Amino acid sequence: MSAIQPPAEIVWWKQPLDKVEGTWIGIALVWSLIMFFMMPFWHVYGKQNLSSEAYKTTPQAYMAKAQAMVDQYTVRTETAAQLPVVRPPPGSDVYLVGRLWQWWPLLELEKGQSYRLHISSMDWQHGFSLQPVNINTQILPGYEMVLTVTPDTSGEQTIICNEFCGIGHHNMLGKIYVTEGG
Amino acid sequence: MSKELFRTCPESGLQFHKPAELLMKAHAVVAVVILLIGGIAALLVTLTRWPAVHLLPADRFYQLLTTHGVNMLIFWIISFEIAILYFCSSTLLKVRLATPKIAWFAFLLMLAGIIVNNAAVATGTASVMMTSYVPMPANPNFYLGLILFAVGALIGCFIFLATLVIAKDEKTYEGSIPLVTFGALTACIIAVFTIASGAIVLVPTWLWSLGYINNIDAAMYRIVWWALGHSSQQINVAAHVAVWYAIAAIVFGARPLSEKVSRTAFFLYIAFLQLASAHHLLVDPGLSAEWKIFNTSYAMYLAVLASMVHGLTVPGSIEVAQRAKGYTNGLFQWLRKAPWGNPVFSGMFISLVGFGFLGGISGVVMGTEQINIIIHNTIYVPGHFHATVVIGTTLAFMSLTYFLIPTLFRKQVAFPAIARLQPYFFGIGMSVFALAMMGAGTLGVERRHWDMAFTNATLSFEYPASAYTMMGIMGLAGMVAIVGGAMYILVTVVSVFFGKSVESESSYGIATSRVMRAEPIVIPDGGHAAAGKWGFAAPGTFLLAIFFLVVFVLYYAVNWKYLASVWPLS
Repeated sequence: MSAIQPPAEIVWWKQPLDKVEGTWIGIALVWSLIMFFMMPFWHVYGKQNLSSEAYKTTPQAYMAKAQAMVDQYTVRTETAAQLPVVRPPPGSDVYLVGRLWQWWPLLELEKGQSYRLHISSMDWQHGFSLQPVNINTQILPGYEMVLTVTPDTSGEQTIICNEFCGIGHHNMLGKIYVTEGG
Repeated sequence: MSKELFRTCPESGLQFHKPAELLMKAHAVVAVVILLIGGIAALLVTLTRWPAVHLLPADRFYQLLTTHGVNMLIFWIISFEIAILYFCSSTLLKVRLATPKIAWFAFLLMLAGIIVNNAAVATGTASVMMTSYVPMPANPNFYLGLILFAVGALIGCFIFLATLVIAKDEKTYEGSIPLVTFGALTACIIAVFTIASGAIVLVPTWLWSLGYINNIDAAMYRIVWWALGHSSQQINVAAHVAVWYAIAAIVFGARPLSEKVSRTAFFLYIAFLQLASAHHLLVDPGLSAEWKIFNTSYAMYLAVLASMVHGLTVPGSIEVAQRAKGYTNGLFQWLRKAPWGNPVFSGMFISLVGFGFLGGISGVVMGTEQINIIIHNTIYVPGHFHATVVIGTTLAFMSLTYFLIPTLFRKQVAFPAIARLQPYFFGIGMSVFALAMMGAGTLGVERRHWDMAFTNATLSFEYPASAYTMMGIMGLAGMVAIVGGAMYILVTVVSVFFGKSVESESSYGIATSRVMRAEPIVIPDGGHAAAGKWGFAAPGTFLLAIFFLVVFVLYYAVNWKYLASVWPLS
């Protein structure tokens, strides 16, 4: 029962390795290093990398920027709640607000164009989960995250909240419509 | 020391110190009661997330999900771990436990914390999930309960350390501490780090909830909280790996292939596991890519390397022990002839395989900086940690319980037929459950969510039918696992409180003896590997390890390919 007894040898660190252990450690180490270098590799050669661009902000300051965008670029409203659908110009800064319990406003983007998408929360923590394309990020109050996104599929995407944010969490949705360029 | 406080278990040869024994029993009993509470919550939560059943109303669901998370991830496991720490120090080193009175005080603090926290959640004013992310407020007693529990657990850690000091001082053992105690020491060191992080984040949050502090930064909270939240799962890893080694020794008389390798692997846990708080922050605003890559990979996957080493050395040591007994035919006779009807072994082996194949691979994949974009906060995440914490840790602790019932509690295991099947129900049910969650998460289904159909929302969204199928499989498999959990509770409660005593005598009043070193290895004719193949002492295990690696590489590659199909982001 030696794993629950002191080692047989007083100088156990000089005990030689069995070949099976040495071989496996070598293989596992190589695999570990490959996995480690995959991440910087993807930063250079991959297309899906989150920027670390973010700013400290306040709900008031952020809301003012989002409101200005909505006032300028709203193209229509949807649902009985008159939710604005905003179509900002390609390349512009787009402000998405997460709050209890909606993603506001609805966005209309053009396929193949890049946008600087800003996201912040007005209250508690939220999870930005764009489905079905499946992009997920964490949204914090007091922080404005900036992502450059380039929609490459057209159609309707839904923003779901996937961080628990209270009793209305499961009703918190938003939309990004992607139109064919023209 | 007074000898009337010691007894020897005739079957195992283990020596118990009466005060330590009572404390272990108390902690284990509390742990099992918590497991029952968490298990009832698990049943109701699963029945709600199973779309065809959708049992609870939303408020009750979020409340019980909080109950389930806190009780299972913190209270059950850490309570059991304190019992393991006392076992690995006092029992394995044949030494008196340091300061039993303070240990009882620690026990009462932990119990008080459990009650205060659960009472707060029961009022419905603390349905904030285990993570209690600020600025979502909870009843102050939610945090207070966690703080009390943590202080108690911290005292327990120091009693473990003090007991090691006494054993060294009173020379109760020869040479170095046993490998299993070394693993427990690893768990203890990680626990001290974890609990300190918990204090740093929860004390201010508690004061904030009382109105003494007016703001807790959400990003700061997440970084420090996860040094508690993730590291506490690393205590589990170290503890359940120690339990694997212990069970291999108890059931097979297995010795580590090499003390040096196994101990170095434990040391890598101490050095690197705590960096993993980054796993939860990979898609948070503002953290640099360098910070994420270094931390999420535990430097350069050195803690993953450690787990891959244990994953080889534990079954490898069993293989060598079995081959020495003559099970040398082919590559796998040693495994076929293992005692699959003994739940101590079967539970441990399912724990090892499930932890590696399901929990380990999924954890590394989703902890890859960019791949996390397609997994963060989906139900894949609980799929992963049910494989690590439930199949890995909980099942390992369950299998150890079947050994402790006769040795520690001096009772016969009740309903042996149920006990024999229990690890299979629990392990296989939980494996399918975790896999179905990972499948649903890959399809984007969210975690911590009451209604995947969004019935009451202003806008609408429909998941593909396959996501509903996955969630249905999750529900069914969850029921199988719940049955397995209920079998465990039934067997342990009936054995301990109503069971027949074991027949042999084990009375107090023996003179203590020193823990002798293990017998030196007798190298067989033809060298160490003569009983094996290809010059390997454990060729079957090596082949299994290579199979594991192939699965790992393929699954890793598939996820990069999936990521590459997502919208370009920069």
